[in-house]
This record gives sequence, C-alpha cells and structure tokens, in this order.
Amino acid sequence: MEGFTALYIFMLAAFTGYEVISRVPVILHTPLMSGSNFIHGVVLIGGMVALGKADPDEPLQLLIGFIAVFLGAANAAGGYVVTERMLGMFKTGDRKQGGAQ
Amino acid sequence: MTYSGLVSAAYFAVAVVFILGLKAMSSPVTARRGIVWAGFAMIAATVVTFFIPNLQNIGLMVLAIVLGAGVAWWSGKTVKMTDMPQMVAIYNGMGGGAAAAIAAVELVKGVPHGPVTSTLLILGAIIGSVAFSGSCVAYAKLQGLMKKSITLPQQNTINFFLTLLTFGIGLTIGYADSPGGFEIFLFFVLALALGAVLVMPIGGADMPVVISLLNAFTGLAVGFKGFVLDNPALIVAGIIVGAAGLLLTQLMAKAMNRPLKNIIFAPITGDAAEGG
Repeated sequence: MEGFTALYIFMLAAFTGYEVISRVPVILHTPLMSGSNFIHGVVLIGGMVALGKADPDEPLQLLIGFIAVFLGAANAAGGYVVTERMLGMFKTGDRKQGGAQ
Repeated sequence: MTYSGLVSAAYFAVAVVFILGLKAMSSPVTARRGIVWAGFAMIAATVVTFFIPNLQNIGLMVLAIVLGAGVAWWSGKTVKMTDMPQMVAIYNGMGGGAAAAIAAVELVKGVPHGPVTSTLLILGAIIGSVAFSGSCVAYAKLQGLMKKSITLPQQNTINFFLTLLTFGIGLTIGYADSPGGFEIFLFFVLALALGAVLVMPIGGADMPVVISLLNAFTGLAVGFKGFVLDNPALIVAGIIVGAAGLLLTQLMAKAMNRPLKNIIFAPITGDAAEGG
C-alpha cells in the first residue's frame, strides 16, 4: 500500500476509535473491552490469507498458518460469546442471572 | 489491490459495520444490538475471504476455523459469569498470538518487503507476542494459577535489555533477505518472554486495566498486519481497537482512581498495590 495513503488510514482510524467510545459510562467499560476484543478477532481473515498463500509443500509454513487461523477463529468466536453474555445481563436485569451456571 | 472488487467492497462494508457496532456498544440501550451487528459482519468477512482468488490449503483452513471457533465457543458458553475477565484475557491473547503467527509465516516464507513494511511486520510481531504471553500471565493470575506477583531482581534492567535485544534481533531478521530459522525462533522466544516479564510483577487487582491495555496492543498488532498483508479491513478494525482500547484503558484506570503509570510501572516507581 502507498505509504501516505496508509498513514492517512491509520490517522483517521485512530481518531475514529477515540471518538466512538469517548462518552462511555463506567458500567460498560468491561463489556466494551470485551467487544473491542471481539472486533480485533478480524485478524482471522489475515490468518486465512497467510495460510492460503502458504506453500503446500512446506510443512512449517502450513503449521504456523494453521495456528494463526486457529487462534484468530478462537479470538473471534470466544470474544463474541463472552460479550454477548455480558450484554445479555443488561437486558434481563440482575435478578435472573441470565445463562450463568 | 490484489483482491477482486467484490471482496474489497465486502471488506469495506464490514469495516463500516464494525465502527457502527462499536458505537452502539458504548451505550447501554443499544449495546446488545451492537455486538450482534458486529457478529454478522465478522461472519460475512470470513465467508468472503474464501472468494479471494488463488487461495490454497482450503481444507486445512476450514479445519482450523471449526476447531478454534468450536473450542472458544464452548468454553465461552460454559464459563461462570464471575470468570469472564480471564476469558476476555485469554481470547485477547489468542488474537495477539494470531497476529504474531501471521508475522512468523511471512518471515519463514522469506519474501523480501520494503523497509516500512518490514518494520511494521516486526513491530506487529513483537506487540502481538507480548499481548499473547502477557494475556496468558493475566489469565493465570485471575484464574488463581499464579498466586503471587513475581518481581525479578533488577526488574528494570532486565526489562530494558530484553526490549532492546528483542527489537535488535527483530530488525536484523526483518531486513534480512531470507532470515535463518534459528534467528526467527529466538526472536519469538524473546518477544514472548518480554510479555511475560512485563505482566508478572503486576498485582491481580490491577489486571482488568492491564487486560484492556493488552487488548489495545493486539488491536495495534492486527492493524500492522493489515499493512503487511495489504488488507484495509484489518488496518481499520485493528487501529480503531488500538485507539479505543488505549482510551478505555485510561478511563478504567481513572475509574479505579489509579494513575496508569502506577499500574504499568509499579515495579519501577515502587507504588505497587499489594494484594491479588
């Protein structure tokens, strides 16, 4: 990617990230941390590209690529489930203990 | 642009939905909706990636996704509500590990990159590895597997030289045309050790803030990998999480009435909170 185009994307994304959550209430700190943890699970598609472009005759490349996809998928799926369960508590209230146990 | 237009368009839409989802998640009324939107976007991004032309090893890819997602889904569903923070830590660590593994694939392939890309590749590898091992230590502490805060003798000096050594070896292999296997291995061992050494002295009570910081680190690592792989969706999602995560870390530290520098540099300033 062209150096300065990349730099502009970097800058705008950084400001967006900062602005988007700048007025978050304290009660949402942990769920939001979990939610943003889910969003960087998009590293999964980077792992898929890395594995997809790996040389099928090179076991080491395949192994590391496999690990990348495995970890990325776990990040995405786990991040989603945990965030969804945390935010589910907001809806049902504290009494019902939604889904715990 | 190496991808077909359709894939690029889909990635663009995914990036937009991620931002909207994160925005929705920062208000209690819309928070639930936000994570569901982002979830659909993630599925779309994964499916669309299979349509990138000339991808190989598809079978292996599907197997890794099914295994990784399956294990994480099951553990996330069954874990007790009170154990949530350490689950966030371990999933975050996995994301950092994935970013580091992508860097490892690129290094092992030995394809020469430009100087800027090489630097970002190495930076992403270090930050991702630190997030991985750091999160594992955070998990161990919250899970009660590691009861005490371990401060090494001469912690400052060790941190400093370990950081210097990791960056030194990293840049050497980053700029080499085809780096040797042993150097690459040594580099990742050092980077992982760095993450563990940085988090070990921090008490359990401060862990949520540390996890949030490591979460921001993973975001940055993912963003850097986006530059290396020429994938704007990765750049946008990663850097947004990086920036949002840093802000969130500050907000959390403030809510706990603990200045961030006292938490991170506790062994250095001697202001460590006991307990945990």
